[in-house]
Amino acid sequence: MAVLVTKDSKIIVQGFTGKEGTFHAGQMIEYGTNVVGGVTPGKGGTTHLEKPVFNTVDEAVKNAGADTSIIFVPPRFAGDAIMEAADAGIKVIICITEGIPVQDMVKVKSYIEDRDCRLVGPNCPGVMTPDEAKVGIMPGFIHRKGRIGIVSRSGTLTYEAVDQVTKAGMGQSTCIGIGGDPIVGTTTKDAVQLLMEDPDTDGIVMIGEIGGNMEADAAYWIKENATKPVVGFIAGQTAPKGRTMGHAGAIIGGADDTAEAKMKIMEECGILVVKSPAHIGVTMQKALEK
Amino acid sequence: MNLHEYQGKELLKSFGVPIQEGIVATTVEEAVAAFTKLQADTGTEAAVVKAQIHAGGRGKGGGVKLVKNIDELKENAGNILGMMLKTPQTPGGVDGPGKLVRKILIAQDVYAPDFDACKEYYVSILMDRESKRNVIIYSTEGGMDIEAVAEETPHLVHKEFVDPTLGLQGFQMRKIAFNLGLSGVAFKGMTKFINSLYTAFVKSDASLFEINPCLKTGDDRIIAVDSKVSIDDNALFRHPDLAAMRDTDEEDPVEVEAQSFGLNFVNLDGNVGCMVNGAGLAMATMDIIKLSGGEPANFLDVGGTADAERVEKAFRIILRDPKVKAILINIFGGIVRCDRVAQGVVDAYKNMGNITVPIIVRLQGTNADIAKVIIDESGLEVHSAILLQEAADLVADVLKKA
Repeated sequence: MAVLVTKDSKIIVQGFTGKEGTFHAGQMIEYGTNVVGGVTPGKGGTTHLEKPVFNTVDEAVKNAGADTSIIFVPPRFAGDAIMEAADAGIKVIICITEGIPVQDMVKVKSYIEDRDCRLVGPNCPGVMTPDEAKVGIMPGFIHRKGRIGIVSRSGTLTYEAVDQVTKAGMGQSTCIGIGGDPIVGTTTKDAVQLLMEDPDTDGIVMIGEIGGNMEADAAYWIKENATKPVVGFIAGQTAPKGRTMGHAGAIIGGADDTAEAKMKIMEECGILVVKSPAHIGVTMQKALEK
Repeated sequence: MNLHEYQGKELLKSFGVPIQEGIVATTVEEAVAAFTKLQADTGTEAAVVKAQIHAGGRGKGGGVKLVKNIDELKENAGNILGMMLKTPQTPGGVDGPGKLVRKILIAQDVYAPDFDACKEYYVSILMDRESKRNVIIYSTEGGMDIEAVAEETPHLVHKEFVDPTLGLQGFQMRKIAFNLGLSGVAFKGMTKFINSLYTAFVKSDASLFEINPCLKTGDDRIIAVDSKVSIDDNALFRHPDLAAMRDTDEEDPVEVEAQSFGLNFVNLDGNVGCMVNGAGLAMATMDIIKLSGGEPANFLDVGGTADAERVEKAFRIILRDPKVKAILINIFGGIVRCDRVAQGVVDAYKNMGNITVPIIVRLQGTNADIAKVIIDESGLEVHSAILLQEAADLVADVLKKA
């Protein structure tokens, strides 16, 4: 079954004809993802990568039956693009764009709250269900179909985890890049919950980083609801306080959002916490052998 | 991006927030002229000389002085300008080297004439990550370290969350003013103060406003006596006027240089430099260095295009630090091809010609095998690895030999 995206998802690309959109949409199609078209205002009626281009998301929903969208729109217009997708009835909105102003996301988050949709991202690598749908910018070839779900705030660190899981002889059910911004649509807990309830997932890798309380929230939820092993890692054990470490959301604000504090809570909640990012794959392997 | 106190106050004033007036100066002569003008404009007798650096706790470090006349002004302005001001928030804390004071603010004495009739409050605004809303935090305990107040007397710290679609409502402003125990003219003043402060916060895309103290004067006016303002870097494209306020003198020069090359770099104290693609993997690589017995000398995300030119620039930035005893390059190639990165490392190494510290290169992902051959056959003092654990072990080995 997998979660969020499958071979049956009808996917459109917002910012389809731009440089990023063109490149990554091409890679997605090559992987076999069911891309049904794209949206670029003013270019409706044309064809791009052999797929129809629409002026609005609404048109794409009505004419191509789109239910999933991936957004490559530049930061200053990306908030608007998310709201357009939500308004048009898109169910899964995946926003790759990095650098959206926080005050825009405050509004967007409030706008989509009462609508029947799920936002993943922004500032994320996307969502991947191996052999079914690659809705993001991750390299397809490192993934293998399997039964481990992966949740992460980062891009290349997710690939690292995927690669270790693959090399350890396991594969992935769905990999969810939730994004590195202070406000994200799908939290760590949301993503863990989706995978915990997925019958095709046997174990979950949860990768967090400094800043915010998402990992602690997820940990408390896991303590009460876990039915499968969760392996956890928090990046930034050596990060200084008060400095932004690349991701806008990766900043230690107080004593509660350091890597150490998060790892302690996660351990107390029964998560198999690894100190070294090199041990993610082997730890999951051992957990499943038990 | 952080603003100086005087810049923050300019911003507040432009939105109608009442402030303690002041004039910025960079020399004693300018300070004297500022003092005279301030006396004429505001009627203030005394003035406060305030060091302008991007750090709090300036008063305790001797960076804020009340002066009653021209002679005192000259003396204190002379002392503060050019001093290395040490506060708990400057690099290394009170035992560190401190921060050079290049500018001072000559500000009016808002506590006169009746100091005892004045009352200090605390007001700040920020985006609360948990509720994903802006929150106004306020307290009757102004002029103090708010974290300590929250720790010792949490009931004295109040929070007011703002609905993102509707904005700040009248009842919320009244609630804040009542909770601060105000009445009459001061009550009205506070509701107006909060209203314009919140408008300024949203319209300027700020990530933090901290007004501590926010003062009720002897004649019941509400004014901002200090301002700590940070602007969301991602929103600077809509605020060229604020972007122009950036003071690179307040930042680490190596970080400023790295930024000009498009490298995301944070300078740290350790002995192992690192160069990584992606912020999460970069943090994880720093952690690996620590677990291998070293300390990270930096955070560096080279981004998606790790070609020879970028790698060379990154090398130069990292090697600027004499404490660096080894460099770990960790690239997970997805879209980026590892063989290109490997060639980039080899070319950069040869171009520079004088790298004396050992380099460990871990390339994984697209064409990782070809990349390892390129590194191994280059004849350079470069150790190659494919697995993250191998790289960690190599770092440990190199540090043992160093």
